[in-house]
Amino acid sequence: MSARDEVLARIRAAARTGAGKAGTASSPAAPSPGPRYRTRSELAGPQLLELLASRLTDYRALVHFASAATLADEIGAALQRRQARRIVVPPALRLPLPSFVTAISDTRPFLSPAGLAAVDGVVTRAAVAIAETGTIVLDGSPGQGRRAISLVPDYHLCVVDAGQVVHLVPEAVARLSAGRPLTWISGPSATSDIELERVEGVHGPRTLEVVLVSG
Amino acid sequence: MTTFLGLPGRPGRPGSRQSPSEPPHAPRGVGHLRAADPFPVAARRALADAQLRRNLSKATTTIRAKRAAVVSELPDWEELRAAGEAIKAATMADLDRYLGQLEVAVTARGGTVHWARDAIEAGNIVTALVQAAGATEVVKVKSLATDEIGLNDALAAAGIAAYETDLAELIVQLGHDRPSHILVPAIHRNRSEIRDIFLREMGDVSPDLTDDPAALAEAARQHLRRKFLSATVGISGANFGVAETGTLCVVESEGNGRMCVTLPQTLITVMGIEKVIPSWADLGVFLQLLPRSSTGERMNPYTSMWTGVTPGDGPQSVHLVLLDNGRTAALADPVGRAALHCIRCSACLNVCPVYERTGGHAYGSVYPGPIGAVLSPQLTGIEDNASLPYASSLCGACYDVCPVKINIPELLVHLRARHVEEARRTHRLPSAEAITMAAASYLLADPGRLAAAQSASRSGRLLGRRGKITALPPPLAAWTRARDAPVPPPQTFRQWWHSQHGDDRGGPAPGDRSDRSDRSDQ
Ligand code: SF4
Repeated sequence: MSARDEVLARIRAAARTGAGKAGTASSPAAPSPGPRYRTRSELAGPQLLELLASRLTDYRALVHFASAATLADEIGAALQRRQARRIVVPPALRLPLPSFVTAISDTRPFLSPAGLAAVDGVVTRAAVAIAETGTIVLDGSPGQGRRAISLVPDYHLCVVDAGQVVHLVPEAVARLSAGRPLTWISGPSATSDIELERVEGVHGPRTLEVVLVSG
Repeated sequence: MTTFLGLPGRPGRPGSRQSPSEPPHAPRGVGHLRAADPFPVAARRALADAQLRRNLSKATTTIRAKRAAVVSELPDWEELRAAGEAIKAATMADLDRYLGQLEVAVTARGGTVHWARDAIEAGNIVTALVQAAGATEVVKVKSLATDEIGLNDALAAAGIAAYETDLAELIVQLGHDRPSHILVPAIHRNRSEIRDIFLREMGDVSPDLTDDPAALAEAARQHLRRKFLSATVGISGANFGVAETGTLCVVESEGNGRMCVTLPQTLITVMGIEKVIPSWADLGVFLQLLPRSSTGERMNPYTSMWTGVTPGDGPQSVHLVLLDNGRTAALADPVGRAALHCIRCSACLNVCPVYERTGGHAYGSVYPGPIGAVLSPQLTGIEDNASLPYASSLCGACYDVCPVKINIPELLVHLRARHVEEARRTHRLPSAEAITMAAASYLLADPGRLAAAQSASRSGRLLGRRGKITALPPPLAAWTRARDAPVPPPQTFRQWWHSQHGDDRGGPAPGDRSDRSDRSDQ
């Protein structure tokens, strides 16, 4: 018998001897009353953005607010403060970048990991942001690019639109597509492995900067 | 490899001896599920280490406070726990179906699914995959499943170097050491010890390295970066595997997990069969329960999810190894199977008075603390980890914090009863260590009692000595008097007790306490 068939046969045998409180595989599914935990936001738009900003800041991300009119200035100011000159960007970023940066579009042939390690940072958009947890989710769409580009550089500037912000984790899960490679980011990389002292930045970008765009 | 005949298991009593029709346990001689020494012996050694106790106390106190703060933020925490428990129970009841779905979904997306009956088979599968990729080095993200099966040893035997990339795992690996906590594996090392290990083992660090945690983390970043940028094979575990979509999920903090699952061309994930969850929406529950229970954060810094192969993004050769290694044996026990619901958050370790004093090494398994005490013996067969179900004072704190509401005290008592029952039917006595542990855990549960016992007996004899049951009645009696605790079925234990002593000089046997009130975590 193949390992597959044998493991499955063991499970079926175990189900016969082991079915206890949980019921048996053959019992009819109980009618589902739907989740009793929160699945819908109770917050309005401005409150959502405030919450997201405070939760991101709590986990040491840098946060700025912008309108469509001031977005270019915010991006430029952030990159200037960072002294970033060579920036990798996803294939369809569609954001105004200042003239002092050289934007390297991540199209084929892709930059190697070593090439990505040599740039000053990355600018991406996001798929969804979760206010309650201070989380930004990237899904590899053309405005976000391959997972590697937001991983290897030491600086990540992420632009989030107000319409992408949800309150709760289940709301984010409902919006996201399982078929895409997802990266959930909540503050910069961190470790507490040495005497539980939090240290920012082991392997991912050590600085995460977020621009929240509304209006 | 034993041949499994696929016969229906007997409906027999829990604890019936393993027969050919029952799923086999994790094999001996491979992996890290069995202790070299029984718990009381190892615990006594740990208790002598004052530095270890200080480190543990500081760490568990800190994490407990963080967890409590972020749990209290959520108005629906109890609803989430109930949902987590229900999802896990439903998964176990239909495990074959969900695993089949997962296999179909992963395969449809260009991944390859492998099945491993046990640790040896899993090691062989992974080794062959690494060799097929032409690699002699792999980067690994912290994974209990691969540690359980001793994967690094299997790879080393084939001439393949496995580099642990989680900072704590790196500290453990470079220190030629064993992890002592699920979440913070190097919790037993302080900063100056870590500095010394790095200076001795890394080979490429400046001799000026200080013991500042930021400097140590920077040294690890530099040390591992070259490996990440050149690695061709990554190996991971999985926190969740979604049957509905074929999505695998790794939850982490440092970014080493992202590196391992993104940069190499080949990705091999080893996942216990119990880690499957039915639907995509279930992630909305577990991604709230896990980080808050685990690191005490609203969300961990990084979570990666991938579904088979994504052309042009990440590994183009993606493998999933589904591991049994004794899990089906646990599944066959209607009470014990709840241990398979565990999402490895480690909250139960951090609240456990026994763990706080002994640390993880004493448990002798990759799964320490309360969950280890109920999981390891089921994976190996109880006789191979017989003292672990006694490594608890049954205080119930673990049940209160468990995000999927595993009733660990009930499981402990159940496994004690199984152990005694198995011993009775095979005309053996319960091991002396197991009985000793009942007394030791009473002492371990309270610093005052422990100190009193230690000063009362400089030789440490109160904690028992192998084979010397006669030294035990006083603390054992105290345990039976003092604990308001769930108890095993009375007859077997009392029969054994009387056969040993012929009277009640040890005080009432545990079974006499019929007044226990069920703990409630509501
Ligand atoms: S048993 Fe519960 S509390 Fe303990 S590690 Fe598992 S999920 Fe966490």
